[in-house]
Amino acid sequence: MRAAIKVVDLRVVRGDAIVLPGLSCEVEAGSVTGLLGPSGSGKSTFMRAIVGVQKVVSGSVEVLGRPAGSADLRSRIGYMTQAPSVYGDLSVGENLVFFARVLDEPGAAVDRVLAEVSMEEFRGQLVRRLSGGERARVSLAAALLAEPDLLVLDEPTVGLDPVLRRDLWDLFHALAERGTTLLVSSHVMDEADRCQALLILREGALLAHATPTDLRRRTGRDGLDDVFLSLIEEDA
Amino acid sequence: MSVRITTAVALRVLSQLRRDPRTIALIVGVPCVLMVLLQQLFGRHSAVFQHVGTPLLGLFPFITMFLVTSITMLRERTSGTLERLMTMPLHKIDILAGYAVAFGLVAVVQATVVSLLALGLLGLDVAGPNWLVVVLAVANAVLGSTLGLFVSAFAETEFQAVQFMPALVFPQILLCGLFVARDQMAAWLRAISYALPLTYAYDALARTAANEIDDAWFAVDCLVVIASIALAIALGAATLRRRTA
Repeated sequence: MRAAIKVVDLRVVRGDAIVLPGLSCEVEAGSVTGLLGPSGSGKSTFMRAIVGVQKVVSGSVEVLGRPAGSADLRSRIGYMTQAPSVYGDLSVGENLVFFARVLDEPGAAVDRVLAEVSMEEFRGQLVRRLSGGERARVSLAAALLAEPDLLVLDEPTVGLDPVLRRDLWDLFHALAERGTTLLVSSHVMDEADRCQALLILREGALLAHATPTDLRRRTGRDGLDDVFLSLIEEDA
Repeated sequence: MSVRITTAVALRVLSQLRRDPRTIALIVGVPCVLMVLLQQLFGRHSAVFQHVGTPLLGLFPFITMFLVTSITMLRERTSGTLERLMTMPLHKIDILAGYAVAFGLVAVVQATVVSLLALGLLGLDVAGPNWLVVVLAVANAVLGSTLGLFVSAFAETEFQAVQFMPALVFPQILLCGLFVARDQMAAWLRAISYALPLTYAYDALARTAANEIDDAWFAVDCLVVIASIALAIALGAATLRRRTA
């Protein structure tokens, strides 16, 4: 496998808490990899380390062949934080036009990403008047603007109805087919089934790195909720 | 540094302000009302109005822009948008310069309106060139803006950010020479006064009002104000961290 992300012995401490005691894993290029785990398991911290905004104590994180946080990676990574990081007092269009200007993308990129997240009719609306799910889609659209090689998406489908969730997962797969690597965190188990590989985190440690099918075989369970529970009980 | 990104940041900050007409009305309206009050309180030809009026034209933008910038920047830090920008291909200076340009432009509007009112209708007398008052007022605004950017790093909430105003701005106003001339201050107060940037901003305005701009001290004042802006931007850039805990 060709790895888009290589993490070796990553250790992150925030305040008194050891969030990641020493994590190692790889993410295959051009795949959709799901990052699963209970809240507080270190998913967001792991993603922040990959995009290079997290202070790390030790270990190495290599992204697209370069150390995480390198200046030349900034135009190649799209990052969506868990809380929608867009300006509430601007319209959807103004937000995306601003980020497009910063990224040196043409105005057409804004139209493209609005279509990709099905938000064309919201273009003139103020972001603070949108629902949580709509705001998350604006934030996702901003991450898609530069057509990055790697997309790091922290819970992109929270608060979305099943139809929109399906549409976004279709989009993720279409992007992966074009060669984009996607790392998507979630705590909804039915979304795990749509990932080619799963990284399961618990208390900052990697419980499993496998395909959904392998995990079913390993645990002898069918539903991914049950798979997850038995992995955690196996570990405890 | 990128002109494209600086312009994008400045335009964005301005469109955020445009969505908030009440804030714009307050930025321009409040100094006008205060100026009218001052003139009515002491009288058009009073020494107090004539002495305090010109420096106030420069101090208003300093105070408002300090507040507005520190809150806007704090929002950017807490909403996650700063973190998103930090993952993008831009330089920290682009963000800071964008803010300074946007609030500098707002200050041009504020200073022009308040100056027109004070110098025209209210009869404030400025012996030096009137346009220089506006230029100095804008420089004060940029100084306030850059200091606001810097202190926003030390505030976790908007309540704290607002409290930095009296903490950092009031002592400078008290010691700048407006209330007590610097040569009449106790030595230790005078020493502090000389270490504060607003002292030089005030002195430049007072010298403009008295038409003493040929004086070498006027040039020193202007240089110190410019250097303070540069220093505040450098300090602000140091507080924008790509990696946080």
